Amino acid sequence: MALWKPDPSFYPSAKMAMQAPPERHAYVAALNTGRNDQPDGIRVVDLDPHSSSYGEVVHALDLPHLDDELHHFGWNACSSALCPYAPHPHLERRYLVVPGIRSSRLYIIDTKPDPRRPRITKVIEPEEMMAKSGYSRPHTVHCGPDAIYVSAMGSANGDEGPGGIFLLDHFSFEVIGPWELDRGDQSLAYDFWWHLAQDVMVTSEWGTPRQFENGLVPEELLGQKYGHRIHFWDLRKRKLSQTIDLGKQHQMVLELRPAHDPRKTYGFAGVVVSTEDLSASIWLWHQKGGTWQMDKVITIPPEPADADDLPPALKDFGAVPPLVSDIDLSLDDRFLYVSCWGTGELHQYDVSDPFKPKLAGKVAIGGIVNKAPHPKSADPLLGGPQMVEISRDGRRVYFTNSLYSTWDDQFYPDRMGGWMVKVDVDPDGGIQLDPDFFVDFGETRVHQVRLEGGDASTDSFCYP
Amino acid sequence: MLGPLGPWLAMLGFGAFHGLNPGMGWLFALSLGLQQQRERVIWLSLLPIAAGHALAICLAVVLVLLGLQVVSLTALQWITAGMLLLFGLYKLFNYYRHPRWVGMKVGARDLFLWSFLMATAHGAGLMVVPALLGVAGSMEGAHAGHAGHAGDGTSGGLVMLGAVALHTGAMLLVMGATAWIVYRRFGLAILRQRWVNFDLIWAVALLVAAVIAALMAWS
Repeated sequence: MALWKPDPSFYPSAKMAMQAPPERHAYVAALNTGRNDQPDGIRVVDLDPHSSSYGEVVHALDLPHLDDELHHFGWNACSSALCPYAPHPHLERRYLVVPGIRSSRLYIIDTKPDPRRPRITKVIEPEEMMAKSGYSRPHTVHCGPDAIYVSAMGSANGDEGPGGIFLLDHFSFEVIGPWELDRGDQSLAYDFWWHLAQDVMVTSEWGTPRQFENGLVPEELLGQKYGHRIHFWDLRKRKLSQTIDLGKQHQMVLELRPAHDPRKTYGFAGVVVSTEDLSASIWLWHQKGGTWQMDKVITIPPEPADADDLPPALKDFGAVPPLVSDIDLSLDDRFLYVSCWGTGELHQYDVSDPFKPKLAGKVAIGGIVNKAPHPKSADPLLGGPQMVEISRDGRRVYFTNSLYSTWDDQFYPDRMGGWMVKVDVDPDGGIQLDPDFFVDFGETRVHQVRLEGGDASTDSFCYP
Repeated sequence: MLGPLGPWLAMLGFGAFHGLNPGMGWLFALSLGLQQQRERVIWLSLLPIAAGHALAICLAVVLVLLGLQVVSLTALQWITAGMLLLFGLYKLFNYYRHPRWVGMKVGARDLFLWSFLMATAHGAGLMVVPALLGVAGSMEGAHAGHAGHAGDGTSGGLVMLGAVALHTGAMLLVMGATAWIVYRRFGLAILRQRWVNFDLIWAVALLVAAVIAALMAWS
C-alpha cells in the first residue's frame, strides 16, 4: 500500500487546501449510549448534491461494544505529514481514530476500499490504552507530523485528573505513551491544538470524569470548580511553559482554534458559561513581547426566559445561557463559527481583525426555549447547534445537535434525538440554512462530523 | 569500470542524490525562509544542514579508516555489502520510519544536529562507504610498494576528507538549486504533484550500494 505520490488530500498550505474539491460524504459519530440498548457507531452521510441519496445516511457502522460513548474523532494523517522535519507524505489519509470517551476504548476504522462502507480494522481495549498511556477517557484526536496525538480527560485509575495527551504510532496505531515530560500544575484537560511553526501546543480545561460523566454537577459549577485556564506548552520539549487563568467565573474552556496560517500566532478559545451573568465568551490568544496573552473578544449574553420554559437545571436563573460548546475557524482564518447550544443559534463572525470580530451572520435552530424548527422538519427541534465542521473551501458548514449524553438529558430533558443540518456561506459573509438538507437520525444522537478529505478542524500546515 | 575516477564520481553522484531528497534538508530550509518571509534564510539554513550531513559522512570515513586497520580491504567490502543489504532491506519495509524530532523553530545548531541525525538514521554515510572504500583502494594501489602505514593514515585521511568535501559540495549545490527552483518557479504546489516516494528510492539506493560493494569485493 505504498504510495508513489503524496496523498492527494494533503496540501502544503491552508490556502491551497481551500482549492480542494468539495466533500462528497461525511462521517458522523452516532450515540445510543444512555438512550437504548444499541451500540454507538459511525454514520456515513451523503453530501454529494448530485447524488440521489444526498443528505441521507448511506451506511451505518455499529461498534461491537455497548456504551462506548463516541464523541470526537479524527483522521490518522493529514497535511501535517508534509512538514519538513519529519516528512512522510506517502502516508494515507485513510483511517479514522475513534475514541469512546466513556469506555476508554479506541477504534481504528478503515475508510478503504469503499469510503462509504468503513470497517473496523483495529480495537485498542481500555486496559491496554490506560496501561500504556496512563490516561483514560480519550477525547480530541489530531494528526501530528510525527505521531497521532490524543487528549484524555482522566487518569488511568479513577475519575480524577490529571488528564493529558498521549501518542499513537502513525503506522501501527500502537499506544506510544504519555506526551508530557513536565506538566507543571496542569491537571484538567479537554481540547488541544498547536502552532506547529512556533513549536507551541495549546491545551484547554473542561473537568474531571467525576465532574461530567453523570451530568453537569451544579454545585461544582457554582463553586467554580470546572476548568478556567489555558495552557501553552513547548511542543519540542513537551513541557508546560505558560498558563493563563481567564478568571474563575469563566467556567469550562473548551474548543481551541489556532490560525491555520503558520505565520500567524493567534487563536480562539470558547468559554461555555460565566457564573457571574450566564454569558458565554470567545477569547483570543496572541503573543506580546514573547509571552502569551488572552483577550476576551466576544461576549454572548444570556436570553431572559420564563421559568416554565426552562429545564430544572436552569429554572432558578430565569434566563437561558448561550452555552458556547464549539467554535470553528475557516481555513482562510476569516470566519469564526460559534455554536450557541443553549439559545439555539449559530453565529458567524468575521475575524479578519482577530481583535475586533464582527458578527456577519446568524442562523437559529433548536434551542432550549425556542426549539426553532428546520424548513424540512415540521416539529419543534430539541438540541441546538453543537459540533460544527467547515468545508475546506469555506462555503459549507455542517453541524449536529448533541453535546454529551448526560448533559443532553439535563438541558433538553424531553428525549432529544439527533439531527444534522447544513449552512450555506456567502463568500462575503452571511449564512443561511440549506432548506433541503436535514438529516434525521431518530433516537440516535450525533456528535462530531468529519468530512471526506479533511476539514477546517483537522489539517495543520507547516507552509504559509 | 571507471578506474581511479570511479569512486570520486560515485561520491559526487551520491552527494547530488542526497541533496535532492526533500527529507535531507532543502525542504526544511525552504519552509524556514517562507515562514520568516526572508529568502536569505533559505540559503543560510542550507549551510548548517550541509555541515551536519558532512559530519555524518565523516563518521563513516572514521569507521572505514579504523576498519582498514583491523581487516583487509576486501573483507571490509564484504562487511559493507552485508550491512547495506540488511539495512536496505529494513528500509525497504520501513521506509516511512523517521527519527522523531519535533521542531520548526530552529537555529543553526538545531539544523546541524537535525541534518546529522537524519543522514545517520537513514544510512547516508553507510550508503557512500563503497565509494570511500574505492577511494581507499585506489590509494592502496598508488602506494603499493611504499612502506610505512602511518604516512598512509595521514595522507589517506586527507584524501578521504577531500572525498567528503566533494560529496558535501555536490549535495549543497543540488539542495540550493532545488530550493531555488521550487521557490522561484514552481511554488509549493509541486510538493503535491512531484514529491515521489523518495524514502522508497532511498531504500533501493542502499541495496544498489550493497551490490556495488559486493562487486568490488568480488573483483
